[in-house]
Amino acid sequence: MTEQVGFFTDTTLCIGCKACEVACKEWNRVPEDGLNFLGQSYDNTGELGASTWRHVAFIEQRKPVDVEAKGSTADMRWLMSSDVCKHCTHAACLDVCPTGALFRTEFGTVVVQEDVCNGCGYCVPACPFGVIDQREGDGRVWKCTLCYDRLGVGLEPACAKSCPTKSIQFGPLEELRTRAQARIEELHTRGVVDAHLYGEDAADGVGGMGAFFLLLDDPEVYGLPPDPVVTTRDLPSMWKAAGAAALTLGAAVVVAVFGGRR
Amino acid sequence: MAECHPVGFQWVMEAKERGAKVIHVDPRFSRTSAVADVHVPIRAGTDIAFLGGIVNYILENGREFREYVVRYTNASTIVTEDFRDTEDLDGLFSGYEEEDAAYDVSTWQYEGRELDETLEHPRCVFQLLKKHYRRYTPEVVEHVCGVPRDLFVEVAEALCQNSGRDRTSAFCYAVGWTQHTVGVQYIRTAAIIQLLLGNIGRPGGGILALRGHASIQGSTDVPTLYNILPGYIAMRHAHQTFGLQEFIRNTGNRNGYWGHLDAYLISLLKAWWGDNATSANEYCFDYLPRLTGDHSAYTSTLAAVDGKLKGYFLIGENPAVGNANGKLHRSALANLDWLVVRDFQEIESASFWYDSPEIETGELRTSDIGTEVFFLPAAAHTEKDGTFTNTQRMLQWHHKAVEPPGDSRSDLWFAYHLGRRIREKLAGSRDPKDKPILELTWAYPTHGPTQEPSAEAVLKEINGFTVADGKAVSGYEDLKADGSTACGVWIYSGCYADDENLPARRKPHWEQDTWVAPEWAWTWPMNRHIIYNRASADPDGKPWSDRKKYVWWDAERQEWTGFDVPDFKKSMPPDHEPSEGDVAEWGLRGDEPFIMQSDGKGWLYVPSGLTDGPFPTHYEPHESPFGNPLYGQQANPVRQVFHRKENPYNPTHGEPGADVFPYVMTTYRLTEHHTAGGMSRTLPFLSELQPEMFCEVSPKLAAERGLEHGGWATIVSTRTAIEARVLVTDRMSPLRVADRVVHQVGLPYHWGTHGLATGDSANDLFPLALDPNVHIQEVKAATCDIRPGRRPRGPALLGLVEDYRRRAGVS
Repeated sequence: MTEQVGFFTDTTLCIGCKACEVACKEWNRVPEDGLNFLGQSYDNTGELGASTWRHVAFIEQRKPVDVEAKGSTADMRWLMSSDVCKHCTHAACLDVCPTGALFRTEFGTVVVQEDVCNGCGYCVPACPFGVIDQREGDGRVWKCTLCYDRLGVGLEPACAKSCPTKSIQFGPLEELRTRAQARIEELHTRGVVDAHLYGEDAADGVGGMGAFFLLLDDPEVYGLPPDPVVTTRDLPSMWKAAGAAALTLGAAVVVAVFGGRR
Repeated sequence: MAECHPVGFQWVMEAKERGAKVIHVDPRFSRTSAVADVHVPIRAGTDIAFLGGIVNYILENGREFREYVVRYTNASTIVTEDFRDTEDLDGLFSGYEEEDAAYDVSTWQYEGRELDETLEHPRCVFQLLKKHYRRYTPEVVEHVCGVPRDLFVEVAEALCQNSGRDRTSAFCYAVGWTQHTVGVQYIRTAAIIQLLLGNIGRPGGGILALRGHASIQGSTDVPTLYNILPGYIAMRHAHQTFGLQEFIRNTGNRNGYWGHLDAYLISLLKAWWGDNATSANEYCFDYLPRLTGDHSAYTSTLAAVDGKLKGYFLIGENPAVGNANGKLHRSALANLDWLVVRDFQEIESASFWYDSPEIETGELRTSDIGTEVFFLPAAAHTEKDGTFTNTQRMLQWHHKAVEPPGDSRSDLWFAYHLGRRIREKLAGSRDPKDKPILELTWAYPTHGPTQEPSAEAVLKEINGFTVADGKAVSGYEDLKADGSTACGVWIYSGCYADDENLPARRKPHWEQDTWVAPEWAWTWPMNRHIIYNRASADPDGKPWSDRKKYVWWDAERQEWTGFDVPDFKKSMPPDHEPSEGDVAEWGLRGDEPFIMQSDGKGWLYVPSGLTDGPFPTHYEPHESPFGNPLYGQQANPVRQVFHRKENPYNPTHGEPGADVFPYVMTTYRLTEHHTAGGMSRTLPFLSELQPEMFCEVSPKLAAERGLEHGGWATIVSTRTAIEARVLVTDRMSPLRVADRVVHQVGLPYHWGTHGLATGDSANDLFPLALDPNVHIQEVKAATCDIRPGRRPRGPALLGLVEDYRRRAGVS
């Protein structure tokens, strides 16, 4: 594998334009998935799914930022963030896929081969973020490919290319993590003390996310799980425990059958 | 700006990252406000009070950039003693003629050429300015605009601190300023501020007009406006019987670059009539079409309603949704004999005859509509060569990538072949009225399977060339008044210098020598990025500061130089003084940067050219729940109104029935959709982002009117009623104005009956009430009522509106 690549999304630069949503759909020919007024601020997309691989969240808040608030919107905050598949280092969807449709690419990303997927849906509950999903009427699962086809010819993903403010930044993960750390320090110096990173830590529950974020509030506020863990993490210990239980049970059976009064 | 120019907004974000302070003044908290340092919620329609407050703050606290003001503006000019200000006449200027609802501007003129550089003379512009805005105090701003005085002072102070020799501040505005009955005066107030602070012609300063689509700047430069010729040359009027020379004398200026109007106009005539235009026939000046009055869009619409307009070409526009009082427009379209619509999609202005709201109510019936509608599909910009001229005056060439599908054709193809066919039909005619058409130059090279005319050939003609050898001229200074040059658009001259397509240049800024990056495309005039940039240097030609140096006088080489092309005569030294007989640019001094003005100065005071006053004045919108707290004169005394049954007005403050429409309504855009929706509501990926028409209301307004978040609301005016989904949000805040709280209803205006994402049109609610200078509609501030639930369908809708009219006492 060449070095792992991914996204660093600096939400302090997001202006909520949704160019990422449109570029993704246009490049990947993802179908329109519902003309629904959701009333979720300016978010009518709702969530990631089989036919939504980029989703911009809008969170309106009244946050006292100034004791003497001057003017009626002085305490208003409108958070915007473009969500995407995390391309986890430890990806549960990949772990559980029985057909091998899901695989780890040479870029360290996780991609579904739609001609192999048999629509079993096993990966859907496996994802701790609720990203991967089955497409209605089709049955197969679909998700962000991190523009695998574009990476193959040296181009950046469509969403990163289209983002006018460079909120979505693409590159080698190590480089992005260094850059993100510097950005956090800079923001803290400027007084933006709420700024923190989400998913940059290789020691976290998914081994570090291939798409990590700079957020201004708790992840739950953005609709992200606070402490995601790859759902297959406990499988080895579960099997060990099951194995130990089986052995114990087996030993008990042996003792019961062959031991005692004889 | 983030909503409407998200790509351009990246530069604001970059500036912010470098420490710039971003202040957003807007009735709603938009995506711009989300990333701005300060958001100032303001009552829609009161920006002149707000900006006038800043003018007053600058003057009262002595914060003006004194040397700039004295030397570069008309602050020191003295006005005649007959002039009376709005302070003297309770909201009117002298010369108001009530019967015509117009001003005689003779009392606004300068008194000779006397100047008072001490700025003390009681009738000098500076003192008149002080007097005019004296009452625009922070308390008044709070009272009128609903902006708390501390917040107002914070903004004024930030502007003052960030202006001067070492720092500059910029204003960016769009139709939130222009779409008012005092729209032009809004811009004027900002111009006064920027002149007082010395921000015009300087890097990081200026006033950036954010235009509404990719090439609308181009559509005023090479105009689709009825009253100007290319390059902002005035059109002739039919009642004027004078010839070319007198026209030039009357419309040009003796001094400044309009002193060469003869060269620009004659070169234009040579471009249009070629060898047929000679000095003997005044270069076919007589062939130019002449105005018989106001032929602006709304007047033409009313003419159609009255059966006086037979046919209409509608190209790349959707007035059935985009114009105020939509019903009026649709009725107008239904009253034409023929209509040609060119667009990519069947927009509402083409489908009105079967799916307009009036078909639903029964006011119009398809079988009764006699209009023959021709829908001609248009090529997209990827399917044709050409240029965009964007908001920065930048001409950017775009290359054809694919052939247009089916019958789609470019506008160039359409205009050229239509002209060709008309000329073929008229060939051999002896009728004098056909000569102007038959004698036009119309031989552009064509190519390809559809015989597409060469856009580059047109660009060259726009640039201009010497008639004798057909070589491109290098700029407007090469244009002559003797018929030896031809030029389609003098302000664009230079874009094709040396026969090179400069708008097609694509050198990224990181590969260029200066941050101005002149080798990306081409900006008019003469690739100058900041106009009036002479003002970035002091009267002696030295930059005001090293930090803000931009162009300066190089005494060794005896020429102006710098990071940008100097917007000044290159060889004119800073100490040049005109002699007797010097005209045009030489008629100005070397320290007069405003080279398009006859006196070379930035105008704080406008003695002529505007219909509604030499100084901007706070007037209430045509429909307002508030009385004008500053003057007895409620609204703009010369605003354009149309009292006809198709254009009823809500009663305004002080009139009986005004309380029937107690809320302020305003319109705006969303990032996801484009203008009247033709380019976005028909596309699935954009439609799903904002699928339905909605209104934005504060929680307090929702509670007051029983509106449910996610539910429906009906918004009503005397024109009609529309429905919208409800978005209850803190981002629309109630404002404390005068003695009470006022609520504003926010309406995105993109929706119409046709497309994937359909809904009612916000502009249907607004009347025709226009700015008197440019005939732009007031769709940013009017009054309305709002109630929960969907609107009645069919003829019942008319019943609801009738009920409101009755209650409001409007017949």
